[in-house]
Amino acid sequence: MSLDPHAPPRPAPPVAHAEYHPSTREYVRVGLILIALTCIEVWLSYSSIDGWKLIALLLTCTLIKFLMVVGYFMHLKFDNGRFSRLFALGAVGAFTLYVVVLLMFGVWGH
Amino acid sequence: MADVTHDAVHTEHVTSTGLSSTKLAMWLFLASECLLFGGLITAYVLYRGQSTTGPYPQDVFDIGYTSVSSFVLLASSLTMVLSHNAALARDYARMRLWLLGTAMLGLTFVGGQVFEFTTFYHEGLSIKTNLFGSTFFTLTGFHGVHVTVGILMLLILVVLSFRGALSDDPAFPVEMVGLYWHFVDIVWIVIFTLVYLIPSPKPPGVP
Amino acid sequence: MSMFRMPVFVWMGLVVQFLLAFSLPIITVALFQLLFDRRWGTAFFDPTRGGEPILWQHMFWLFGHPEVYILILPAFGIISEILPVFARKPLFGYQFVVFSGIAIGFIGFGVWAHHMYAAGLGPVANTAFGISTAIIAIPTGVKIFNWMGTLYGGDLHFASPMLFAIGAVAMFVIGGLSGVTHSIVPSDYQQTDTYYIVAHLHYVLFGGAVFGIFGGMYYWWPKVFGRMLNEAWGKVQFWILLIGFNLAFAPMHILGLGGMIRREYTYPASLGLTVWNQVSSVGAFTIALSVLLFIINVVRTQAKKRALETDDPWDARTLEWTTPCPPPAYNFAEVPTVHSLDEFWHRKYAEDETGRLVRVPAGASGEAHPTADGHGIHLPSPSFWPLVISLGFPLLGYGVLYSWWLIGAGAVVIVVGLIGFVLEPSVAE
Repeated sequence: MSLDPHAPPRPAPPVAHAEYHPSTREYVRVGLILIALTCIEVWLSYSSIDGWKLIALLLTCTLIKFLMVVGYFMHLKFDNGRFSRLFALGAVGAFTLYVVVLLMFGVWGH
Repeated sequence: MADVTHDAVHTEHVTSTGLSSTKLAMWLFLASECLLFGGLITAYVLYRGQSTTGPYPQDVFDIGYTSVSSFVLLASSLTMVLSHNAALARDYARMRLWLLGTAMLGLTFVGGQVFEFTTFYHEGLSIKTNLFGSTFFTLTGFHGVHVTVGILMLLILVVLSFRGALSDDPAFPVEMVGLYWHFVDIVWIVIFTLVYLIPSPKPPGVP
Repeated sequence: MSMFRMPVFVWMGLVVQFLLAFSLPIITVALFQLLFDRRWGTAFFDPTRGGEPILWQHMFWLFGHPEVYILILPAFGIISEILPVFARKPLFGYQFVVFSGIAIGFIGFGVWAHHMYAAGLGPVANTAFGISTAIIAIPTGVKIFNWMGTLYGGDLHFASPMLFAIGAVAMFVIGGLSGVTHSIVPSDYQQTDTYYIVAHLHYVLFGGAVFGIFGGMYYWWPKVFGRMLNEAWGKVQFWILLIGFNLAFAPMHILGLGGMIRREYTYPASLGLTVWNQVSSVGAFTIALSVLLFIINVVRTQAKKRALETDDPWDARTLEWTTPCPPPAYNFAEVPTVHSLDEFWHRKYAEDETGRLVRVPAGASGEAHPTADGHGIHLPSPSFWPLVISLGFPLLGYGVLYSWWLIGAGAVVIVVGLIGFVLEPSVAE
């Protein structure tokens, strides 16, 4: 992004045709990790762990699953950073906004 | 460049960033969907434990059953990327196989939801019974509709591929539908934890 | 073309797209929750069953505040296009105008509860939002100063577009000042739900956005229709609108602080609100007169045979004025190469040693005269599918009110329409 209004126009960058795509094996590995994490989550919910500890552990597993699907299955890890930033704007923005709303209800006191 | 052509499926023009406009648009849409599902989830979290009458979550939830549903949806994301890999290799038969597999798994998920909701209904939980019913059915209902739309798109892709409309660059539309499909999956990942796994307190005075 | 060579109007459009993409889903949720409460007895906002009406307020204003920036930023863009043309001077601080637009869009998501100061959120929330609201006044002020800087020292021509643009800035500043008084929580306790707020919102929306839109209409009318709106009528219309608008809404500041609350259809005479309300009514009819003048101007202009002598009647700065008036459907026969901001201006004018403008002879700017006449440009063919899709929505809407079958029918029509539209080949075969 050139801030100089008088610089000559840059040529368009070449479209990356040879992008990296994970192989079937790598995708299956990600899938197995997702299943394992889900098993851990279900186990946690049946375990005697409770309160904030349970919530923290569960949300950690959820976050890892979220990031793995977004990064590998949705290919963001290998794509141009602009896509990641755009999605992060929405996802992080939504999270922040709604956490603020919940805070205003004193929801953590429930 | 005056020559700008556009066919029914996909032809990219050169953009100054080298990025696909279609892909950018899909990511912008998914970012906006975060606001949508965020709002629905917020209502659920806000009202957790606030219902003035039952049934309550612990009265109706069957975690084992819903876990199976979750595995089904996760598996469908895997079949989705396998279909994309097949499309990249221009292996149309495999691509269609995995696309149909994804759609079948999606249908299984939706079918499982329908069965689950019917069971809840017979146990006395409807959308208007209490806050739990209202927030639960609205959130999962919106999600289910999104899954259904995704299944439709998958089936359309299969039909298109049989008509030869995808022969230019089959991987691209499969990738785009895939992005939508995976998003629907990650929304479920969040819902499963927040709604089913994190326990809801019962209001005071309720056994 | 690069991002920082785009006209400000285009930049503001970009910011507005993000505001729309992220704020509309929120009100979608709120409206569905309200719909379900009313139609199917859900408990979202039902306090007897644990629901919280204030959740509605949050969801609504989370959308509602970005919405007002959606309403005003395009007008800010129009003003930023018009002022440089009629001051014959580049926009002062272009990058600041752009960045402040982005900042307004961003911070605009952080101020919503200033519509809820009296709703009982508590001092912490009120303070936080008071601060964020005060902060958002800063990028807005930056724009005002840059517009003033654009006019200062310029070769000013007070044609109709310019009058409306300057009027918009002036009226918006008044509305912005009352807005700043709202941002202060204790002050807003007096103002909220009174006509003082109505005064504010009309000064920024009518004074800012509508004046801006009128300016845009006078400015771009030749571009769109190949004819100029009558200048004399335009100037008269402007002054009548300015007077009428101020007569209508300025008294509301006084009325509001004098105790006239919002959302009442009548008030007892003993409240002493009568005189200023009558002034307001005179203003309203004056506005109507001004709009009537505009409509007459439009009708008379459109009835004329096209009489535009040049495709660049305002000696403008931006590329849309390089196309014929009106332009062909594809706009540009060849996509122009953009070397700088105000590209068109730089093709027309260079500066000599003393800094004075010197007209560049036609063709000498090095731009190849477009020989293409539009052959080979391919646009999508017209389609009836969008009409089909749109017919599904009233069915869906009525269905939600009256009948499940209609919901199904509407949904089917929409889905079939979408599939037909997406699968339709772009070129008629």
